[in-house]
Amino acid sequence: MSEPAPPVLEKQRVRQVNLMSFVEQAVQVAEIAETLQVAETLQAVEALQVAETAETVQVAEIADATEIAKAAETVVSAKLHTENLDLFYGNFQALHKVNLAIPPLSITAFIGPSGCGKTTLLKTFNRMNDLVEGCRIEGDVLLDGDEIYGNMDVNHLRKRVGMVFQKPNPFPMSVYDNIAFGPRTHGIRRKGDLDEIVERSLRDAALFDELKDRLRHNALGLSGGQQQRLCIARALAAGPEVLLMDEPTSALDPASTAHIEELAIKLAERYTIVIVTHNMQQAARISDRTAFFLLGEIVECDTTAKIFSKPGDSRTEDYIRGRFG
Amino acid sequence: MQKSAGALRERLAFIAFATAATLCVVAVLLICAFLLINGLPTLLREGPFAFIGNTTWQPATDTYGIFSMVVGSLYVTAGALVLGVPLGLLTAIYLSRFAKARTKRLLQPAVELLAGIPSVVYGFFGLVVIVPLIRQLFKVQGMGILAASIVLGIMILPTIIAVSKAALDAVPSSYYEGALALGASHERCVFSIIVPAALSGVVASVILGVGRAIGETMAVVMVVGNQVRMPVGIFEGVRTMTANIVLEMGYAADLHRQALIATALVLLIFILVINLLFSLLRKKARG
Repeated sequence: MSEPAPPVLEKQRVRQVNLMSFVEQAVQVAEIAETLQVAETLQAVEALQVAETAETVQVAEIADATEIAKAAETVVSAKLHTENLDLFYGNFQALHKVNLAIPPLSITAFIGPSGCGKTTLLKTFNRMNDLVEGCRIEGDVLLDGDEIYGNMDVNHLRKRVGMVFQKPNPFPMSVYDNIAFGPRTHGIRRKGDLDEIVERSLRDAALFDELKDRLRHNALGLSGGQQQRLCIARALAAGPEVLLMDEPTSALDPASTAHIEELAIKLAERYTIVIVTHNMQQAARISDRTAFFLLGEIVECDTTAKIFSKPGDSRTEDYIRGRFG
Repeated sequence: MQKSAGALRERLAFIAFATAATLCVVAVLLICAFLLINGLPTLLREGPFAFIGNTTWQPATDTYGIFSMVVGSLYVTAGALVLGVPLGLLTAIYLSRFAKARTKRLLQPAVELLAGIPSVVYGFFGLVVIVPLIRQLFKVQGMGILAASIVLGIMILPTIIAVSKAALDAVPSSYYEGALALGASHERCVFSIIVPAALSGVVASVILGVGRAIGETMAVVMVVGNQVRMPVGIFEGVRTMTANIVLEMGYAADLHRQALIATALVLLIFILVINLLFSLLRKKARG
């Protein structure tokens, strides 16, 4: 990693330095006690003990530091990462101290009852929350270690972090133009290049065989499931690294839902996927990790297997067992 | 007792509303009937194609051909569109998608006020500001197609702005968000997604503008020059169909009078075709 040391490592280094000086001081105290030959041996022994304790503490701290370093490494290798993220809509706090690391090339599912902040967090990753008046953010949101809310170009961020919406929203134009919109936006003009991207994106979205003869037809004439896959293809055509999906199947029938789920699993080989879902079975079926949200906080985030078999928090268990929500 | 009084009141109200609505329709039908009855004989005697296709209008010799005036009307209308459509459309886009709430609060009433100014005031404005300006800038007489086009271009602005803005406002925000999420800038979202999505509404606003421009009389008479001739240049005067009627109706009699009414009939047909186009387009926009 060529980036400057992330803040966690920096804090840890400062802590080490402080620790060192503490040990030194203790040793000095012991030495002074000896040199001055303070009458009671007991005192010298005590001073020595202090010094020893300090050393033990240091060993413990070093073990701790290793942990921190490990955590820091997770952070560095995470595709998306939030640290102490607070988000406000005016005076309402929608997210509380969210700490989350999303590993690359995996599917992370956000589950939780309505209005608990899942979509809000999702939309901080591509800054779609900017559209909401009075939306304010504190803390860090990082993409590959870079501050999303720093001096990153928003349009470039949204090219890297694509999004699929709850309701399929193809543009009122042809299938081809829908998919070509992203590449055209980012400066690809040659017809040959565009043709290639359109075909590849449609294939990736498992839609090419269905639509290859209808590329010039209006996208609004497609079925709901096709429209949603078209929206996935459109997002892929822009060349993203991350794909955010906001309840992508809630408006679809079971067959189309199965289609999209298969597709998501396949796409996770090449893209980092974050999916918000109300459907617990869907989270269990397709995701590698699951984060459970409640009232703007992440109660816990772990591998999906663990969340659904032996969750660490009773609230998670209650929700998964269907006791509320 | 109470009940029957309520029923009676309802009955009366129904009759009042129905009468009002019928009167409106009757008024329209009466106007059409009047024009047809008084205009059709001349149109038929001269032959409809000769009447519309002939360029000579000489009441003294009872020669009535309105072709030069049809062309004159089309020229000033086209000129009004060239100036008014881009200006109006850009204003509508600005109001709908770019202006801050405060700017909008100032601009919106100003645009609406534009629609409320009497046409004679527009004509006067053209006469004392635009005509002298053209005279100075281009060293010409000043009254003519250009002056009329500028005045009409301003007059159709409120129509174009209001109808286009309504169409732009009606574009679902999901289109905008979808485009934004692909990394498009606000400008690209607006011009590549929102404006095309509102296109049928924009075209409808242009058609309404055409109707307004082609039918305008007072402001045009004051600045267009009113010479009966085929257009010879944008700085030179022509006469429109509306101007022809208003200028000569005061002293016309017999055949001359009927020829003027026939002119009005042709104008009415133009307007009807335009309205038909407009409603077809609206039907298409609703899907």
